[in-house]
Amino acid sequence: MDLSIFFEILSSTIRMSVPLILACLAGLWSERSGIVDIGLEGKILTGAFAAASASFYFQSAWAGLFFAVIISVCMALVHGYASITQRGNQVVSGVAINMLALGLTSVIGNSWFKQGGRTPALGDTTRFMPINFPGRESLFNLPVVGAISKIFLDHSVLTYLAFAMVPLSAWALAKTRFGLRLRAVGENPHAVDTAGISVAKLRYQAVIIAGILCGVAGAYLSTSLSASFVRDMSAGRGYMALTALIFANWRAWPALYACLLFGFLQAIANFLQGVKLFGFEIPVQFFNALPYVMTVILLAGFIGKSIPPRASGVPYTKDR
Amino acid sequence: MFKSLLSAAALSTLMMSGAFAADMGPAIVFDIGGKFDKSFNESMFNGAEKFKKESSVAYGEFEIANEAQREEAIRNFADKGYSPIIAAGFAQAAAVEKVAKEFPELKFAIVDMVVDLPNVESIVFKEHEGSYLVGMAAAMASKSGKVGFVGGMDIPLIHKFACGYAQGVKAANKDATVFQNMTGDTGAAWNDPVKGGEITKGQMAKGADVVYAAAGATGLGVLQAAADGGALSIGVDANQNYLHPGKVLTSMMKRVDVAVYNTMKDGVAGFKPGIHALGLKEDGVGYAMDDNNKAVFTPEMAAKIEAVKADIVSGKLEVHDYMADNKCPVE
Repeated sequence: MDLSIFFEILSSTIRMSVPLILACLAGLWSERSGIVDIGLEGKILTGAFAAASASFYFQSAWAGLFFAVIISVCMALVHGYASITQRGNQVVSGVAINMLALGLTSVIGNSWFKQGGRTPALGDTTRFMPINFPGRESLFNLPVVGAISKIFLDHSVLTYLAFAMVPLSAWALAKTRFGLRLRAVGENPHAVDTAGISVAKLRYQAVIIAGILCGVAGAYLSTSLSASFVRDMSAGRGYMALTALIFANWRAWPALYACLLFGFLQAIANFLQGVKLFGFEIPVQFFNALPYVMTVILLAGFIGKSIPPRASGVPYTKDR
Repeated sequence: MFKSLLSAAALSTLMMSGAFAADMGPAIVFDIGGKFDKSFNESMFNGAEKFKKESSVAYGEFEIANEAQREEAIRNFADKGYSPIIAAGFAQAAAVEKVAKEFPELKFAIVDMVVDLPNVESIVFKEHEGSYLVGMAAAMASKSGKVGFVGGMDIPLIHKFACGYAQGVKAANKDATVFQNMTGDTGAAWNDPVKGGEITKGQMAKGADVVYAAAGATGLGVLQAAADGGALSIGVDANQNYLHPGKVLTSMMKRVDVAVYNTMKDGVAGFKPGIHALGLKEDGVGYAMDDNNKAVFTPEMAAKIEAVKADIVSGKLEVHDYMADNKCPVE
């Protein structure tokens, strides 16, 4: 294995991590406010579909992103209505969102485009292509420096947006009044309510933020990594993001590291398939299963402890 | 008394459904992927549509959405008396076998798999022969001497494509390297263009400049990644040259449309049970030439490939079939 492949794997790690990071932060915001979000997968999927369709219709990737966010927020509000206003079971509502997303995207896609739920292929001008920095080509042609800079600079604007969301989320949750209140709602909603702050309003805000982030993740899948929507293209990334969230103990910076680690494992699985390391071939299934195996080991208490927000999953009812 | 009454009732219903059968016409059950997958299922759909247009006989159709629906869909058509019932894809074999035994008076056909029953026609393709030819094209078009293969689900049928391809590559350039990757082990491997694209980027990083996709809708990601990265790609099943004009070298065509059309046209009267293997000789497989790949598929390549094709058709050259012994002579 030569060095250039190693650099390519790192570059691929970043590409594979982006949807995970966005979805993981979405889960972070939602669960920190006390709303368990199994529906990340479904929101990514509707976001991906909306992005690819709108981008094709309006011939603009930004229009695609806009609609991805809008539609994903709509799905998030459905989840919010069921679990905040109606105090329903949050896991059931999340699963329902996932099923709804899978069915709706296929059916609507098929009736609009008549391609079996697939959206028409997008041209380069209607996708988020890697940003064309000035002097990019000459930099990439340099030996070593070029290869290393390519790992970090050969990405679309959504990638940088995703990475920027990590410090932003960490800061907002730790330092701002809104973030502190939001976390309090996830730990002890009664105390927040006693202080005269609306629990429902805070939780709705958290769910909407989660919707926005999932929409961006979906747009990244269908208009940056690929050039059309395909049925069920989120392929379990929402669940993997949830796994990363648990692995990261519901904190923003560890979430980034967990997502990068999981992305790295996916990249290895894709790039090193069939390559012999130290004389024998490691089966690709090993890398695919590793994130889940690691999380199970973590939950069993071998690496550390993972403690969810205390009120997460519990609908809030005022005491009389 | 009651028992005989019941069986008489059952018999009469059976006869009624039997009498009904002749009128219902053919039916087709598409596999996961759907009839617009730009690949295998869509090709079958085109064959069925051609039959409908020519004969103005309507046909029943069903697109399954999950594994559990296969048997139900086929049985549903059988209950209504459709015949012949055509099942798309290797994954439907178990369902076809079960239902065909229950309805011996109806005719069934399965594409891509063998079901050994007197009322089943098994249509299989010699994909290794078509893949051999596109493998030769890949080796001739490659400047780096390295080519790639991205398969869908890790099953013997896809290894059959890969093995034929590798043999063709080595025949045209014995020093060439072939990277072979599969997308996954579950049905999701047919529907993950993002992963297909990443695997393609991985092969391109190792130096591959022609990549052959045999992966259903995942292949669209392969073709896209190759076109984005300046490499050539090879489509599969249907003619996919038009997806990225000038960037798709050719497509390994599997004429499932012709097979479906013929089975529907033959109908119940002309039904031919047994195994039918369609290769280059029967025009069951081939490679695509059109305006979209004119610039990359040169006449010299075409001439060499035509010569080899003639050898395979005449039997002078035999391409090894992976599924014969689950082994491939080249890597």
